[in-house]
Amino acid sequence: MRLRLWLELAGFAVLAVVVAAVPRFVSDFRARELAIVGMYFIALLGLSILTGHSGQISLGHGAFMAIGGYTTAVLSVNGVYGHQIRDLWTIPIAGVIAGVAGLLVGLPALRLSGLYLALITFGIAVSFPQLPKKFDHFLGGTTGKILALPRPPFGLSTTTNNWMYYLTWGIALVLLLAAWSLVRGKTGRALKAIRDSEVAAASSGVSLAKYKTLAFGISAFYAGVAGSLYAIANAYVNPDVFPIILSVYLVVGLAVGGLDSLVTLIAGAGLIYFLQNHADTVARWLNHLPALNLDPKQPGIPSLVFGAVLIVVMLLLPGGAGGLLRRLFGSLTGRR
Amino acid sequence: MSFLELRNVEARYGSVRALHGISLQVGDGELVAVLGANGAGKTTTLRAISGTVRRSGDVVFAGQKLSRRPEATARAGIAHVPEGRGTFGELSVWDNLRLGAHTRRDNLKQEAKRVFEFFPQLESRRDQQGGTLSGGEQQMLALGRAMMARPKLLLLDEPSLGLAPIVVTVIFEALERMKTDDGMSVLVVEQNAGLALEHAARAYVLEVGKVAVEGTSDELRANETVRRSYLGY
Amino acid sequence: MLAAFTWTEFAQQLAAGIREGAIYAGLALAIVIIYRSTRVINFAQGEMATFTTFIAWSLMNHGLSFWTAFPIVLAVAFAGGVAIERIVIHPVANASVVTIVIVTLGLALLLNGLTSVIWGGESRQFKGPFSTRTIDVGGVPISVQDIGIVVVSIGLVALLALFFRYTKLGLALRAAAVNPESSRLVGIRVGWMLALGWGIAAVLGAVAGMMIAPVVFLDPNMMQTILLYAFAAAVLGGLDSPVGAVVGGILLGVTITMLGRYVGFIGSTLKLPAALVLIFVLLLVRPGGLFGRVAERRV
Repeated sequence: MRLRLWLELAGFAVLAVVVAAVPRFVSDFRARELAIVGMYFIALLGLSILTGHSGQISLGHGAFMAIGGYTTAVLSVNGVYGHQIRDLWTIPIAGVIAGVAGLLVGLPALRLSGLYLALITFGIAVSFPQLPKKFDHFLGGTTGKILALPRPPFGLSTTTNNWMYYLTWGIALVLLLAAWSLVRGKTGRALKAIRDSEVAAASSGVSLAKYKTLAFGISAFYAGVAGSLYAIANAYVNPDVFPIILSVYLVVGLAVGGLDSLVTLIAGAGLIYFLQNHADTVARWLNHLPALNLDPKQPGIPSLVFGAVLIVVMLLLPGGAGGLLRRLFGSLTGRR
Repeated sequence: MSFLELRNVEARYGSVRALHGISLQVGDGELVAVLGANGAGKTTTLRAISGTVRRSGDVVFAGQKLSRRPEATARAGIAHVPEGRGTFGELSVWDNLRLGAHTRRDNLKQEAKRVFEFFPQLESRRDQQGGTLSGGEQQMLALGRAMMARPKLLLLDEPSLGLAPIVVTVIFEALERMKTDDGMSVLVVEQNAGLALEHAARAYVLEVGKVAVEGTSDELRANETVRRSYLGY
Repeated sequence: MLAAFTWTEFAQQLAAGIREGAIYAGLALAIVIIYRSTRVINFAQGEMATFTTFIAWSLMNHGLSFWTAFPIVLAVAFAGGVAIERIVIHPVANASVVTIVIVTLGLALLLNGLTSVIWGGESRQFKGPFSTRTIDVGGVPISVQDIGIVVVSIGLVALLALFFRYTKLGLALRAAAVNPESSRLVGIRVGWMLALGWGIAAVLGAVAGMMIAPVVFLDPNMMQTILLYAFAAAVLGGLDSPVGAVVGGILLGVTITMLGRYVGFIGSTLKLPAALVLIFVLLLVRPGGLFGRVAERRV
């Protein structure tokens, strides 16, 4: 057991070093791309706590990201009593507001079981883009709101993209540590007990209400932080920045990264980003297969590939990348 | 020639072997009991016949080798009433009975009449959900379901479990009638050895997945060592 | 908040609401059938329907009349549904709920992408079987098409109800969903029952798609909002009740149309969220929906 703990901490240290060093070796644009991967990673961490660890399906986490993003936008553009708030400080506020929203959803969600919860959260994801259109005066409607470009603080001389990279991954590593300690501790055990059998957990004295809503709140907090960073990086928000499909992509990333894993979610985040923005590469690669003649620019390609990947991964590797790693390394650390 | 014959049948649950080579026979129109302590492999033996557990070794039924899949054994004329009754809880009593006759193509009216003759309680609860019946009624329903199929062989798992003695009497009476009227063979697993030996012609006593003793019920009842060590009385 | 009121307009809105509702009901029925027979929520239902509708369009584009193409499309839909269940769903049947949800989501994505790739993303017209002329019903103009859609939906549910209740196959399908073990013991081939359920649902979806396309124009994303309303209708009526699906659909359609027209705050932008809030509240009070049966679990 102790060996495993030291191995994990060592792994974390290695990860931190790698993260810190990467921008030196990649282009500025790449740094921006990796920053966005980091944002998806943060959202996936939260989703893992909710779906992977406590077994509650959410197909609506894009909405919590949107809450975070819009909070940041409103605070930094409209400000509070006319006093604009600097983008950095809006991040925790956005997280908390999203977290509270998560608690508000989590509470009534206690009455809903798996599939019903999936449907309701899916409904939330679909309904949410309508809200900015309705309250367009405050939330900017379809055109949205424009933020100031992100500036590195204290006059640090680094590019905007590098700054976003460090900001995002700094936060990501902290949140990863937080998630890791949560999962290892009493809360994590309670959540897993709930996931495996609610009846058994409750009979053992685990408060279903407390832990299930807590899981919702925490996961929404993570999504809110991710959304906030996303808004800052984009320098604008509108309903298309957080579309319905985002919630689906998050679930995809979670499944591929490993439902109840943490670090391997980076792979899931990478997949989301890659397929969203490099679909043409995939199409060109697929064209090497005989009898296929796909136009890479075709709008259907990302969905097609996404869908196929998802099905294949779930059929072959139900545990995602995390499950695979666990199987490989489980024998190393002597864990059955 | 025996109607049902198990030849060195083995069965396993995952990596755990439950049957270590069982051989037994049931004759035409015979009622044979399978006895033994908990965990001896009685239920598994029935499951091995109906195909609900993976087995190796042959089961010969009416001269043919029996398939290993439950759907096929049902079609061959074997009705298995499992531990726990196997009621279709959310369906009505009538639907449960209809399902029993799934493998038959002819009119069900006759069979239904007979079932209701034996178990009038079922008729009055015709439209009730199967899962809301009492334990005894569900056992009657399970037997009724089996009767609807007019099986050649009935596999019955612990029919008396948790039932009031009078209900058990009704059930065994129905069994006797089915045996005499239709020439049905029965293989019954029972914890209540005394009860089983009252009705059975022959019995096998299982221990740890093997046949420990076999013989006619008279022989078994007469043998004092057998009675004390295996039958508990 | 409340707009001006005339009886004629009310009747028109009512008719529109019923028509909307009948559209959701068709797809909701397919969702309920799959849930009832395999305990799976099929997130790909809408995309399956869209795909088959495009096939219908292609056939008609090549000169076939609607009614000639109709049975062909149904046959293809049936085969497709069976194939999908056997190839994609069956392998993960025993996996966690999350896994199964993700697989059907993946299927939805795949079919959506495939539709775009094969037919392109533009909207096109789809000529349905009913004429678009309106007839006068007590001073209210109602289109023949709307009447046709409602009649077809109700007809379908009646057929299905009869099938499930009175035929041997229908009973076997229900049994396989309720207790697969016991079903095998009475000789039912459970695996094929599950596939049959998907085949039937695919056919229902195909019919729904061909009814809807003339109204909303055919494009790869045609079914997405409708699917959501269909889920809402299915949940409202009770996920395992076909009658509930149709009643829920029509009820939902009417309610939303009325709210959208007469409650200014909601208008047309908040119709969808309004529907969801309503369903959510209903689920809190009646977890099984209007007609559904939920096993109570007290901890």
